[in-house]
Amino acid sequence: MNRQDIAYATVTELAAGLAAGQFSALELTDELLARIAAAQPTLNAFVSVDPDGARTAAKAADAARAKGEAGPLTGIPIAHKDLFMTEGLRTTCSSKMLEHFVAPYDAHVVTALKQAGTVLLGKTAMDEFAMGSSSETSFFGPVRNPWQLDSVPGGSSGGAAVAVAAGLVPASTGSDTGGSIRQPSSFCGVTGLKPTYGICSRHGMVAFASSLDQAGPMARSAEDCALLLTAMAGHDPRDATSLPRPKEDYRREIVKTATKPLDGIRIGLPEAFFGDGVDAPVVAAVEAALTELRALGAVTVPIALPNIGYSVPVYHVLGPAEASSNLSCFDGVRYGHRAAQYTDLLDMYKKTRAEGFGDEVKRRILIGTYVLSHGYYDAYYLKAQKVRRLIADDYQAAFKQCDVILGPTVPTTAPLLGSQTQDPIKMYLNDIFTIGANLAGIPAMTAPCGFTSNGLPIGLQLQGPYFSEAQLLNIAHRFQQVTDWHRRVPKEASHA
Amino acid sequence: MALSQNEIQRIAHLARLEIDEAMLPQLQQQLDSIFGMIDVLSRIETDGVSPMAHTQPLALPLRDDKVTAFDRRDDYQQGAPAVQNGLYLVPKVIE
Repeated sequence: MNRQDIAYATVTELAAGLAAGQFSALELTDELLARIAAAQPTLNAFVSVDPDGARTAAKAADAARAKGEAGPLTGIPIAHKDLFMTEGLRTTCSSKMLEHFVAPYDAHVVTALKQAGTVLLGKTAMDEFAMGSSSETSFFGPVRNPWQLDSVPGGSSGGAAVAVAAGLVPASTGSDTGGSIRQPSSFCGVTGLKPTYGICSRHGMVAFASSLDQAGPMARSAEDCALLLTAMAGHDPRDATSLPRPKEDYRREIVKTATKPLDGIRIGLPEAFFGDGVDAPVVAAVEAALTELRALGAVTVPIALPNIGYSVPVYHVLGPAEASSNLSCFDGVRYGHRAAQYTDLLDMYKKTRAEGFGDEVKRRILIGTYVLSHGYYDAYYLKAQKVRRLIADDYQAAFKQCDVILGPTVPTTAPLLGSQTQDPIKMYLNDIFTIGANLAGIPAMTAPCGFTSNGLPIGLQLQGPYFSEAQLLNIAHRFQQVTDWHRRVPKEASHA
Repeated sequence: MALSQNEIQRIAHLARLEIDEAMLPQLQQQLDSIFGMIDVLSRIETDGVSPMAHTQPLALPLRDDKVTAFDRRDDYQQGAPAVQNGLYLVPKVIE
């Protein structure tokens, strides 16, 4: 492989190159560290890079391989979204509040990927505390979309999507509370999966909305996502909502051989996902993908998700309510920022939080505090929990008629930087097709399925019943076997 | 519904957030539009629907009564703004 091939290779291809001795993990790491350094001033995808730690881990991976102890991810460079705690390397959540915070332990997902032999290169930028859909609310400045530098990369896992899209790492972890893996993956032409709630431990992942947050992989193919998820998933007693299920191989469907691999798979098409407000090029790309999937043997059936239109308002009650509670721990006492000037304890709390949090985080804390406050709990919080049930029940009814649901991941492609920052509602509507899966707790993923005429990526979304990750990944994989949207790379002249 | 600026300040106090007076008009307008979007929920029929707090029917897990965590106080206090003799320092609370 030449240097350009290595930069844009899949995890699967890099693993083969490492196994064949074409390059060492150290050489691979050094190459990608150089690319990250070159791209950082333009793209701003990383909050922290750890060259020393990465080179040490790469040497250990090469030593393990020399002893014949290499697994499928040994020596593979990765990044973590900057809300997964990493012992000794700062975890900021892209917030001033945690600008200098160094965690005393690793998140479960970080430990799992370390044990699998991956090499951590750095931590990727995000919307502050994962609240946002554009990665513009980061304290460290906006992240840019490598396909068009004046466009947002999406969010909140925007840095992760950019790092994968721009050939800086073959894969990154992300987290998804209302679409934060899928929406930036769609905007950047990357493949990303939000697993069933409870599949990946939340231990050591800074909490936003605990009943919705879920970690997942972002990579250059469905097969790579399957490899990563196999390493990331698993029961962890330190997270009370981690599901006690046996370990799974999420590649098990992908590795089967078949001439009509999707024979008989029923794809449900919700009318709501193809209606008004969806850009025409997005609809056209998703419909072209359906033609490919039918040729592979799938059949399509119309389905209804009658309450899905309420998912954005439900999310903007429940998300902020849980966030206002979770973020109360940032008080300037135990960790993080503390205001320099204050008169008493109450004043210290208020000034610390006023200085440490950005505008979007403050808005959500205020909304959450209000909907949980005396006299409003029933009207907002309890009501939203009931509508959440209706939305989840709609999905259960739909999965009696179909095996998976398909539609666009986002109604549009990436908007221009700054175009939505003054209008929160406009920003919130980015997540209209993704939030439902978080509310219901079902798995969902995105895969690239086309481009607009001015070169911005379009993504299709697959949603499935609980624990259908292997099936979703298989459908995306078969699609990627007959298309090359996921292998397109952005022009590098501007940032290489 | 419309939140008054006084009400925003009351909530901000509950949330332990200092709000700059100059920011109040814009914040009020943004919160108004967000609650305008949220208020659609009040029109949905939900009689007899049980609220959904979690997606999986999980009971609180129990574990054996064994020591699993050990004292790492110094590690945990490394990132604290002010610490003395293993204690977190805060402004005087009781006069």
